[in-house]
Amino acid sequence: MAHFAKPEAGSWTEQYPELGTGPVSYEDSISPAYYEVEREAIFRHSWLNVGRVEQLPRKGSYFTRELDAARTSVIIVRGTDGEIRAFHNICRHRGNKLVWTDYPAEEVDGTCRQFTCKYHGWRYDLEGALTFVQQESEFFDLDKADYGLVPVQVEVWSGFIFVHLDPDNSETVASYLGELGAGIADYPFGEMTQVYKYRADVGANWKLFIDAFAEFYHAPVLHAKQAVSDESNKLQGYGFEALAYQIDGPHGMVSSWGGMSPPKDLNMVKPIERVLRSGLFGPWDRPDIGELPPGLNPARHRAWGTDSFVFFPNFMVLVWEPNWYLTYHYWPTAYNRHTFEGTLYFVPPKSATERLRQELAAVTFKEYALQDGNTLEATQRSIESRAVTAFPLNDQEILLRHLHKTARDKVAEHQARQGETAVQISAAS
Amino acid sequence: MSLPPEFADLEPFADWALETEAERYAKRLGSTMDELQAFYDAAFPRLEAALAHLDGLPLDALPEDATRLLWLCYSLVNASFPVEVWRQPRVPDSGAATMDMVTEPAV
Repeated sequence: MAHFAKPEAGSWTEQYPELGTGPVSYEDSISPAYYEVEREAIFRHSWLNVGRVEQLPRKGSYFTRELDAARTSVIIVRGTDGEIRAFHNICRHRGNKLVWTDYPAEEVDGTCRQFTCKYHGWRYDLEGALTFVQQESEFFDLDKADYGLVPVQVEVWSGFIFVHLDPDNSETVASYLGELGAGIADYPFGEMTQVYKYRADVGANWKLFIDAFAEFYHAPVLHAKQAVSDESNKLQGYGFEALAYQIDGPHGMVSSWGGMSPPKDLNMVKPIERVLRSGLFGPWDRPDIGELPPGLNPARHRAWGTDSFVFFPNFMVLVWEPNWYLTYHYWPTAYNRHTFEGTLYFVPPKSATERLRQELAAVTFKEYALQDGNTLEATQRSIESRAVTAFPLNDQEILLRHLHKTARDKVAEHQARQGETAVQISAAS
Repeated sequence: MSLPPEFADLEPFADWALETEAERYAKRLGSTMDELQAFYDAAFPRLEAALAHLDGLPLDALPEDATRLLWLCYSLVNASFPVEVWRQPRVPDSGAATMDMVTEPAV
């Protein structure tokens, strides 16, 4: 039985005829050859969010990001002029990785006045210029001006730092993020500087974890034991229906009901939640952040709880009704592995009570995400059997259909540009 | 140096006053359900008193004993999941999965 209205087309999915309604193939998540094309077509040809401006608080602040899918590491740095720049993390002399500490594959951050290569001591300033060459006179016709760090396109949008690895890219981040981005651009992300960040190595294709977080159809079932049992049975009886879905270009969003912060009946929640007045949806007593931007709660529903934005390819923003947000990133490391990052952002607490309420939300997040992550490994293993090759997706799974189609389209466009023979991946088998 | 004097009754559980989420989660996984239940039964009824004590102090300049009390409260939050819902230290259905907190607030 429907609890929330659907669009006139009869379903969310049928509003977008190009998505189809038939079963889909997950060959795009189990083929090593296909993943190799995705690395080039998607991860070297899309704006990628690599962090936030708060990570670069002062001149000389820097951090590195390992973009394995795009086959590079990047340095993001705030220069002496205050500008944020990005460079490939490679020394121009013999190709050593420029910025790292003990382990070459690990990301690092800090503050410095210049970058010095560990190998032969070449130095670069924060603007990327080569400033010192060890035994410079031993080289042949070397002009330091020709050997600056290789720049990477970088842009800041609402405090989020994006890089683009295609030097020929001419689209701005704001244009790329389209209407869905514009609708939340004025959210006070910059006021939410109390950060909890989780990282996990997940044995599943990157798109499968986005799938898991782009639908809530699974929530009443997979997470049934997280609620007290009466509440859990009720939730499973209702199932899940979104308040709204929106798709714009490669991006999508799902708007979901909440109602748990605070709950109508305190017996619905656990004792720790009753005492702390907090839970999965965050602290019930919300900070004042002024009016919300127009892109949130598009159905203008009074039961609104959270909006999940899927910004292609691997960046999600979830804004919660109690005035906090979280981000997800999915960084592929193989066709069947990726590094997942979940980061929670709150307005800094003014008291121990507020701090503990945020702690409860952050710990609750992990309890849920562990169940999600483990389920994905099970999915990856079984779809690799190819015992089943076509999977029916329902109307509450519209964003999955859209994500996989977008990825396939990007791969096809890239192959057309390159004149390559397409890797055979069909929408449905 | 341990907990504030008003919370002397929690001293037997002072080893739960751990600074990082990784330490708290590891202690949870390394505990039996009986140990988790004993900690919860002692600390949960004192949570509101602990909040009242801590809220009377500046969060950005807590004395050392109050900081330890706050850490112990963080552990109570972590231990509440096995005690209140899971009936086991680990999250059910999380077998092979891990999730590490790589950034957390200073206090």
